Amino acid sequence: MSPLLEVSGVSVSFDGFRAINNLSFRIGKAELRAVIGPNGAGKTTFMDIVTGKTRPDEGRVTWKTSEDRSISLLKLSEARIAQAGVGRKFQKPTVFEDQTVQENLLLALKKPRGWMAVLMYRPNDTDFAKVADLAQQVGLADALLRKSGELSHGQKQWLEIGMLLAQEPRLLLVDEPAAGMTPEEREHTTDILLEAAKTRAVVVVEHDMEFVRRLNCKVTVLHEGSVLAEGSLDHVTANQKVIDVYLGR
Amino acid sequence: MQHSFISKNPSVLVFLAILALFTLSVTLLSEGLGLGLISTSFVKTLGKTLCLCLIAVAMDLVWGFTGILSLGHFAFFGLGGYMIGMWLMYERTRLIVVQSLSQSEIPPTQSEVVDAIGNQIFGVVGSSEFPLVWIFADSLVLQLALVLLVPGILALVFGWLAFRSRVTGVYLSILTQAMTLALALYLFQNDSGLRGNNGLSGLQNLPGVSASQDAVSLWFLWASALALGLGYLLSAWIVSGKFGSAIRGIRDNEARVRFLGYSVVSYKLAIFTLTACIAAIAGALYYPQAGIINPAEMAPIASIYLAVLVAIGGRGRLYGAVIGAALVSLLSTWFTGGQAPDISLGFYTIKWVDWWLVLLGLSFVAVTLFAPKGIGGLVDYWTNRQTPDRHGADLGPDDGALREQEALK
Repeated sequence: MSPLLEVSGVSVSFDGFRAINNLSFRIGKAELRAVIGPNGAGKTTFMDIVTGKTRPDEGRVTWKTSEDRSISLLKLSEARIAQAGVGRKFQKPTVFEDQTVQENLLLALKKPRGWMAVLMYRPNDTDFAKVADLAQQVGLADALLRKSGELSHGQKQWLEIGMLLAQEPRLLLVDEPAAGMTPEEREHTTDILLEAAKTRAVVVVEHDMEFVRRLNCKVTVLHEGSVLAEGSLDHVTANQKVIDVYLGR
Repeated sequence: MQHSFISKNPSVLVFLAILALFTLSVTLLSEGLGLGLISTSFVKTLGKTLCLCLIAVAMDLVWGFTGILSLGHFAFFGLGGYMIGMWLMYERTRLIVVQSLSQSEIPPTQSEVVDAIGNQIFGVVGSSEFPLVWIFADSLVLQLALVLLVPGILALVFGWLAFRSRVTGVYLSILTQAMTLALALYLFQNDSGLRGNNGLSGLQNLPGVSASQDAVSLWFLWASALALGLGYLLSAWIVSGKFGSAIRGIRDNEARVRFLGYSVVSYKLAIFTLTACIAAIAGALYYPQAGIINPAEMAPIASIYLAVLVAIGGRGRLYGAVIGAALVSLLSTWFTGGQAPDISLGFYTIKWVDWWLVLLGLSFVAVTLFAPKGIGGLVDYWTNRQTPDRHGADLGPDDGALREQEALK
């Protein structure tokens, strides 16, 4: 089975600094993957490349659109990549604070994205029901009509995850979802991610080992822009190289 | 959860009612049709104010809602005025020329008439040839189309170049300002084909209309009120739906909107071009009431003034823009018209004609610092719309989330 996303031999430098060095990475259609690594290992740059924010100097990024067709993501704009089915959650919660939870979710809902279609669009009952359902999933059912700027940090993180789910992406890139959350909030976040990974590919970048352990999935360790080790958490934490660069410190 | 457009936006109905009431009372009090309590020149001032309100609505759409601080919308306003001015001037001159030539023994040929019109219009810049830009000036329909097409296409091309390269923020403002300045400087030249710094004049006289200015001023007041009403309705409709949600998203976090799969460039282009067209319509209604248009009207300062109007009124809400434009432009008329009493300080007399701009500048600074919502923000007190007070409770769903006092620090 060919993977959903395949990154092969990708390198990128910023002013001579090699942020990503011959990185290869692949993920299947319905798979949960954690990416860990010390600061500066290239985790965020990796996401930037997949979502089209950064163009690599060399290498290929291929995306499977159907059973027998693949396209390169390198030529597409950020908006097109998102439309193709890549959703991204930023490290800092970025929701539209001036708008209600409902407006945020409606904006993210999978619908035609052209400006004419959006101008003519008026949400119908199915859309409202979908939004209410999403809000339920991320625990914001009571907050639908509140401005998202009023929400707590953790709730904003959930709202953003909810917006990602509303996009119905085939690949979800999640950058440090549990940062700044209370233990209970973390638990809920884990549940949401595990549920999402049943039907799509989810890549979670995380610092916190406890959180990764709870995800109970395959782990990729990045170091200096390339993959250092890959496997179950117990497998990679037993790896001497990983201990040296990351865990031992 | 579905409601009609009006019930979700009660301010639209209130606004339209006030606008209709205003137009009706001015009509009843005017010299043209009513009691004669309002002079014709003041009716024109009010009509022009309505046009300024319309361009302020456009500015609010592009700045207050989409976050593009354009300092070029008065250029589109001026271009709209030029386009309609060309027909007004050509047609009126043609009627005069035909009238005077009809006295001669031999009836004039078509080319003699055109030459005579050219002489009349361009004599002031030492030319008598019609430049290429006047090619459609004899047709009202085509010039009306150009009112929308010329500013629209300029906005489309300029916007495409700027937005595609992801020029944002203050750099974009500078770029739009440069465009405005370049356009004004070009029009100042005598060989630009639009009579250089003389501009177009006599625009208040509608060709072929024998009605007095008392009546004409009312027609333009009605037309301006209608345009403002429709423009407001259209803008309110645009910002009420998901499109409004998307452009406010672009204002607050452009990258996020992009990662949601929206092509930010096309949204910005759509709103930039649309507001340029609205500005052009406002200009096409404004200059026949002003009677004259020249390139100084399009100087960058005019567009900055527009931004000040919207900021004082309260950006991000359409009625705020209208309040700001109406209030400031009427006050400006009062202060600069010599009606405001001078203040004598003994050693120095404050003459408002000179000091008005200082006062305007100070109030702009004051609004920015102390009332960022502008005058429109006062409506929030009236409708009791407040930022929520959680009485010191947790902000979050769980214990240990920030408490209100901590969050406010």
